[in-house]
Amino acid sequence: MIDVNVFFGSYPWRRVPGTSPEAVLAAMDRVGITTAWVSHLPSLFWKDPAEGNGWLYETAAKSPRFKAVAAMHPGLPHWEDDLREAVDRGAVAVRADPGFLGLAPAGGEMLRLVSAAAAAGIPLVSAVRLEDGRGRHPLDAAPELPPSAVRAWLRQDARARIVVTHADRGFIEEVHFGSTPAEASRVWWDVSWVWGPPDDHLELLLATMGATRFLFGSGQPLRIPETPAARLELLDLAPADRESIVTGNAQQLSIRSTTPA
Amino acid sequence: MLVDVHAHFYHDRTSRSDWRERNASRLAAGETIGISWHVASILGSWGFSSPTYFPSATDLSYANEQLRLLSLEHPGRIRGYVAVNPNVTGHALSEIERGAESGMIGVKLAASRRADDPLLDPVCAAAERLGLPVLHHIWQHRRREWPGQEASDAVELCRLAVRHPRVDFILAHIGGGGDWLHTLRAVRTHPNVYLDLSGSGVDGGMLEGAIAAVGVERLLWGADVTLCTGWAKLRYLERLLPAADLALIASGNAVRIFPPGAFS
Repeated sequence: MIDVNVFFGSYPWRRVPGTSPEAVLAAMDRVGITTAWVSHLPSLFWKDPAEGNGWLYETAAKSPRFKAVAAMHPGLPHWEDDLREAVDRGAVAVRADPGFLGLAPAGGEMLRLVSAAAAAGIPLVSAVRLEDGRGRHPLDAAPELPPSAVRAWLRQDARARIVVTHADRGFIEEVHFGSTPAEASRVWWDVSWVWGPPDDHLELLLATMGATRFLFGSGQPLRIPETPAARLELLDLAPADRESIVTGNAQQLSIRSTTPA
Repeated sequence: MLVDVHAHFYHDRTSRSDWRERNASRLAAGETIGISWHVASILGSWGFSSPTYFPSATDLSYANEQLRLLSLEHPGRIRGYVAVNPNVTGHALSEIERGAESGMIGVKLAASRRADDPLLDPVCAAAERLGLPVLHHIWQHRRREWPGQEASDAVELCRLAVRHPRVDFILAHIGGGGDWLHTLRAVRTHPNVYLDLSGSGVDGGMLEGAIAAVGVERLLWGADVTLCTGWAKLRYLERLLPAADLALIASGNAVRIFPPGAFS
């Protein structure tokens, strides 16, 4: 089971338990997660988020169960060097969260990152949100990622592969059905924010979009990792679909793409 | 035994054309999770013919009756709260009387009137007389007015709880949106306020915080509109707590505060 939505390190807005790599490993064992795509949480809020990548690479290298997701800031000079380093050091993906970076989500900087990541064959991860907007700290006013930005990213480069975490049903549908089938085939969604029964949003999305579009993701330790596991267990999933969601789709994504433009 | 103290159902006069499927989905998921009892309410027409959080008397009477019928259809699975709008005091009191006579086991207050408003006093007095707990919808730390509801937060509910010390209040869904840290501070010193753990929120640290704030004796398990997150929290607690403590949250506390025989 691969959890594509995992963080190390402290959160600036409240105390969160279990943020060390050791605690994350224990939580993974508890839920049966074999591999985690990990981001360095504090640096998402830093002026230069790439400053956290060195520690992330070193920490991820200590356990084969961790795959680094390196943070990028395409508004800073020479950010391309950070992307090259991510590729060289075996990052499974890069991430940019324009709301926390103060960047226009579909502006030139983000679009250039989309193209550069696509050219490098590495997926780009972005979170719609990290916390429920109703409970955020009064000073935590970073805007959420809008669906229109993801549509723009998909249209920017035919090689771009995008992973969006923390999206709900409405967001996912807006991007999926607002894109061509070819564009929609290049975006993956984690199930961390998609409701199960009785509204059965996840069941509906799997029926309308297919299991190939979804990934197991928790948002731990900001959110308890038991949630996506429970969500999937409440579905009457074909074994092949379950395997796609919990492992197969993420494995495919972690293979460096070399498809020409 | 596992009691979901915060469940909802739909009926034919709501805006949900799939109301039967949603009800069936809740019950089916409940079987998988192992829910023994769904203690549920229906908030009028869920916005179809009057607002969800300001339901009309007519809609409430119909909804309460539909819930009573559902509980008869599923006698070993569903129990009901009488949902009332305290702005229509006479109707609220008669609904509570009628509901208690027909086997309803609690009172549901949503967000039709602020929790510390005097209009809630006769409702709570009726609950006390009939031995019914009151489940109150809460916005965790209401920093401003929110459209569509006259939401209350924990501080406001605690004011009501002080005025009615012999009524047990269930503070709804600490995971249901808003700042639960504010709630945990507010409820510590109010022994007749219980926290229900329901809501889509599954923040790391929330459950540990709730236990630290009020102890396992004042926590109640529930799911509200996301059974997946309810099950996740239950699984998390299974690893966190000794079995005896978990049993209190799963059912023991509910058995204590609902009327005798409610779950037999």
